[in-house]
Amino acid sequence: MSERAAVGSVASEPVIEVDDLVVTFRGRRGGGTARALDGVNLAVGRGEIVALVGESGCGKTTLARSILGLERPASGEVRFQGEPLGYGGRALKAYRRRVQLVLQDPTGSLNPRQTVYEAVAEGPRVHRMADESGRVVKALSQAGIRPPERFFLRYPHELSGGQRQRVVIAGALALNPEVIVADEPVSSLDASVRGEILALLLQLREELELTLLVVTHDLGLAWNIADRLVVMYLGRVVEDGTTEQVLNNPQHPYTKALLSVVPEMEQVESIVLTGETPDCARIPTGCRFHPRCPAYASGEAEAAGIAADCRSRELPILGATGGHRAACWLVPAGDAPIPR
Amino acid sequence: MSDVAALELRDVHVTYRTREGPVPAVRGVDLSVFAGEVVGVAGESGCGKSTIVSTILRLFPASATVTGEVLLDGENVLTMRWGRMRAVRWGVASVVFQGALHSLNPIQRIGTQLVEPIFLHDKLATDNSAATKVRTLLEQVGLPARHADAYPHQLSGGQKQRVMIALALACDPQVLICDEPTTALDVMVQAQILELLIGIARERSMAMLLISHDLSVLGTSCDRVAVMYAGRIIEHGPARAVFDWPEHPYTRALSSAFPTIGDAASRYAPSGLPGDPPFPGDLPSGCPFHPRCPSALPVCPTVDVKLLPAGPGRTAACVLVDQSVPTR
Repeated sequence: MSERAAVGSVASEPVIEVDDLVVTFRGRRGGGTARALDGVNLAVGRGEIVALVGESGCGKTTLARSILGLERPASGEVRFQGEPLGYGGRALKAYRRRVQLVLQDPTGSLNPRQTVYEAVAEGPRVHRMADESGRVVKALSQAGIRPPERFFLRYPHELSGGQRQRVVIAGALALNPEVIVADEPVSSLDASVRGEILALLLQLREELELTLLVVTHDLGLAWNIADRLVVMYLGRVVEDGTTEQVLNNPQHPYTKALLSVVPEMEQVESIVLTGETPDCARIPTGCRFHPRCPAYASGEAEAAGIAADCRSRELPILGATGGHRAACWLVPAGDAPIPR
Repeated sequence: MSDVAALELRDVHVTYRTREGPVPAVRGVDLSVFAGEVVGVAGESGCGKSTIVSTILRLFPASATVTGEVLLDGENVLTMRWGRMRAVRWGVASVVFQGALHSLNPIQRIGTQLVEPIFLHDKLATDNSAATKVRTLLEQVGLPARHADAYPHQLSGGQKQRVMIALALACDPQVLICDEPTTALDVMVQAQILELLIGIARERSMAMLLISHDLSVLGTSCDRVAVMYAGRIIEHGPARAVFDWPEHPYTRALSSAFPTIGDAASRYAPSGLPGDPPFPGDLPSGCPFHPRCPSALPVCPTVDVKLLPAGPGRTAACVLVDQSVPTR
């Protein structure tokens, strides 16, 4: 376990770095500007599997999209192997050969009128790569579609859900990428197939030294494959650490609540938060989680004498590196989060 | 608990006629739910769980042939006259479908949609009594009464699912069927909705059938669960026991698909089954699970095992079930 975590230690060589990233969306008709990402720091090391976790609206998908160059930051930057991302057409095209995206629903990602071969060959064609059929064969067999030739002429409707997701993954692999960003890669698959796809992702990391950023709301997935876990709430990282640190010893009340509603966690009493993630156009003052925070509501914060901080004092933004950290006034700042 | 089950399926078979020939989607299912009980049905896509839902209120397409009996409080739904059927739908049993986001009429206010079934099923309802009822319903599902004036697009996914639940409760049914009620929802909202549904079922002592692909959800919230594979129930028993000590190898795979967080054995070791669920029109011989079964024996391709007693209140359809264990 520990040796694996060492494979992708951030200290070695960050592939992707996100630096104080802010992404905003203009509100509709007089609505305020929505700060979907409000200062995010993140570093992903080579060969590391990082899970981004949080509820809908927390900014995890916006962060993934920004890393792919699909959203332009209002401030801050994304770096790939030390170089800031270029947003010109040519720069983005070259970048996206190296950083590929796998989406949640394989049925929606595949063109129903394209054969398996066409779907996987499209990427290499766009990038004018040599030996198209060789690449397709290799990518399909890497993704566990074997023997690949037997599937060349099949259409998506002739495949099962698991096979479709393997074809989508093969489409990404055909470009020999260094990083794969996967948005909920197994949430639309059957339970029995899910494990096989997760095992495939782990195997690809071993064999190809792929770096993986997985966006998910599924903490079990993180426990199954991720080295590191980044918990987001309302546009900020609220807790960051190795998967063991965060899941075995969660510090932030939000992480504790998320963990307690996983059905397998019967030993802990579930903390069901009321309401939903608030609108990121109206971010609460102080700690942005305080209106829903169980520790604040139960008086724990009051007893610790920090309730006023929760209500009105802005928390420092967590830095990209530095062990297990949480953005909460209740958590002693042992790891010294970077002050803004 | 009365002797007559609020909902009972007896040897139900459903076969769809297709261009490729008959497809047996459900192949002999027996299941009962008593008032005040929450029963879960778990299974993957194509196992027949949603087809079962369609038989309960006769919502299946014309291409389906249904045999057996579907009894609501002892009355067979499959032979009911049309007028009675209409009264039973919503009045006796109602369904919360998956995908709440698309089930509401986008151009009608929530209140208007809630009032419709009340007037259809209660001839004595007045504007005033219906409005009161709408307010109570919304409050019961945890929404402020002012949401009656809202349009669906003004609500979040979780709020819309709450409206769907209020809608299902509008005519005070005795049986509530929930088909993947939390699938499209967020983790925290999923927990909220489940808590709400179970709470309502207990409070009104309704009979509730909860369908899900996620055995862990059912294991922690139901009284009993039935696990389906290839159109049949392959394991049945008290929810917690089935989830914690599965007898059938398929149930075992489903229950370990979602790992226990903190369990070192599942760290970097996702567990799944090779292969895919079978197509109902082309089932393997013998036990339909044998091609994917990690503990298959040489006899498995030849014997089609029926449900066997497997411990107190439990049954499982597998040759490996130890029948020497006392059942009572």
